[in-house]
Amino acid sequence: MSAQEIAFVLLAVVGGIAALRLVTSRNVVHAALYLVVTLAVVGGTYLLLAAEFLAWVQVLIYVGAIVVLLLFSLMLTKAPIGSETLDNQQRGWAALVGAGVLAGLAFLVQDSFTGKRITLRPVRTAQVGTAIFRDFVLPFEVVSVLLLAALIGAVVIARKEEAPEGRPERRVPLIGRRERVHR
Amino acid sequence: MTGLLAATVRLPFLLFFGAFLFSCGVYGVLARRNAVLVLMSIELMLNAVNVNLVAFSAYLKQLTGQVFALFVITVAAAEIGIGLAIVILIYRNRETINVDEISLLKW
Repeated sequence: MSAQEIAFVLLAVVGGIAALRLVTSRNVVHAALYLVVTLAVVGGTYLLLAAEFLAWVQVLIYVGAIVVLLLFSLMLTKAPIGSETLDNQQRGWAALVGAGVLAGLAFLVQDSFTGKRITLRPVRTAQVGTAIFRDFVLPFEVVSVLLLAALIGAVVIARKEEAPEGRPERRVPLIGRRERVHR
Repeated sequence: MTGLLAATVRLPFLLFFGAFLFSCGVYGVLARRNAVLVLMSIELMLNAVNVNLVAFSAYLKQLTGQVFALFVITVAAAEIGIGLAIVILIYRNRETINVDEISLLKW
């Protein structure tokens, strides 16, 4: 085994344990912190595969932004702590499906890619930039429009509806809400 | 034994890692009640896909996989923003974000 392989196996063991704990943890905040570990390990994998730019993007966007967003929403929704409220009754079936997916994928990988090796060679960030702006300009622009739409959409969805003048403030109507009020 | 100049990594190692992360994500999406935890599991699955994309990008010596991984990260950021906005709106209206209690659209 090369040094890179040993490093990757160590990383993968840490990441795998963190991912398992993420989906089984009884505390939502711990789950979010395990998510940080998993995402950092994935970033480390990118570094190992010499995809340096992608690794830093992973750290900045996932670990920096998305996890903070998730933690904020956990606090805003006052998520309860306790196993019986975090998992539903389909746990056994879910474990079955997860194990089935893992077995299927593992069989496919074993069947198709045994013995294949990646020869590592550094990728300069300039090469990635050239690839994006030469071959993928249109998807890049489409993604920017998508981000803008998502930004506006998130603001419109999450903001509190302002009461029109003279009328009392009302909440955003949802079908179930009306039912509950009438009952 | 490989020298420093021609460092290699076995491709199946990376693919197994990706498969394991993906399976954990599948389990989490199916088993969790809390909507925020479901979103976290979805992030896990997207990351598994990204690991595969980057691994194949290095294997095939093409950059397309890396560029796709960048796009996936961007779309994931948009998805998590919208998803959390919806979760917070549901919490404001229903005082719960347990996905099995929000079943108005279920037959």
